[in-house]
Amino acid sequence: MTPLRAFALLVAAILVPAPAALRAQQPATHVGEEGVYEIASQLRCVVCQNLSVADSPSEMAQQMRAIIRERLAAGETPDQVVRYFIERYGEWILLAPRRRGFTLLVWILPPLALLAGLGVVALRLRKWTRRTPAGRADGVVDAAMRERIRRELETGP
Amino acid sequence: MSRPWRWLIPLSAVPVLVLLAYGFRLNPRDVPSPLISRPAPGFALTGFDDSTVSLAALRGKVVVLNFWASWCYPACYEEAPVLERGWRTYRDRGAVVVGIDIQDKVEAAQKFIRDFTLSFPNAQDVTGKVSIDYGVYGVPETFFIDRGGRIRAKHVGAVTEDVFRTHVERLLAEPG
Repeated sequence: MTPLRAFALLVAAILVPAPAALRAQQPATHVGEEGVYEIASQLRCVVCQNLSVADSPSEMAQQMRAIIRERLAAGETPDQVVRYFIERYGEWILLAPRRRGFTLLVWILPPLALLAGLGVVALRLRKWTRRTPAGRADGVVDAAMRERIRRELETGP
Repeated sequence: MSRPWRWLIPLSAVPVLVLLAYGFRLNPRDVPSPLISRPAPGFALTGFDDSTVSLAALRGKVVVLNFWASWCYPACYEEAPVLERGWRTYRDRGAVVVGIDIQDKVEAAQKFIRDFTLSFPNAQDVTGKVSIDYGVYGVPETFFIDRGGRIRAKHVGAVTEDVFRTHVERLLAEPG
């Protein structure tokens, strides 16, 4: 065995069991603060106005964060934790409406309206820019109108 | 501007007006609960008198589960005598009132119970777990649970004599 190969084996022996050991060390019980925040920021604080459970200092929001932490620690996925709250409070608890079913309209309609508006503006602009030179050549200001403009310019307001 | 487009502009306001007309007719107090007709979440709490207050022990009875707090003035103060009277009237007919005090101080809650001489089982939900299990937004909220342990109605705001009687009589009339 060359020294290099021995070294590689040694490195492998140290590295390979490491992830397994790490996994064993932290079963489902380790819950990071950001994991709790991730879920809490999606939920509406039920006793507040426009605040998420993550941002509210209220007692209810604190209790909800504790429940999120507990459920994650018990091995639930973030989806399962969110579903727990939806089952009790309805989809109202979600700060952002879901991107499916009826609430999908909320996501689709504004961009559609914007596109439609831009379309209308584009069409109008094309019409206006085409009409202007033609209008000038038309000579729509007749003699009587020209006379009136001259008079009003001289007399002032 | 071309003709067909002109009347489309005021017309586009119609769906918005319809939506507003619908929205303003809704009662903002009627918060729909997804829990109606679902099994009532179980709980076991230690009562203010150190007895155990548990839902499982009340299976077979109609349960009026009331979430309250001593700082919830005036609604909780209005309904406390109603609940106590209801409890005394219906306890022999198979209905019980259970009070759960949330987001409160123990001393204040105990004073509230003394002041209204409440005699039905009452417990404090210190961790908030029970109230969140029931999807409670605020106080007072009252759940009417049938003999089979299902939530059949939710009342937001002070319970009146009428509300109490209507729900309890209806659930008592159902075969156990």
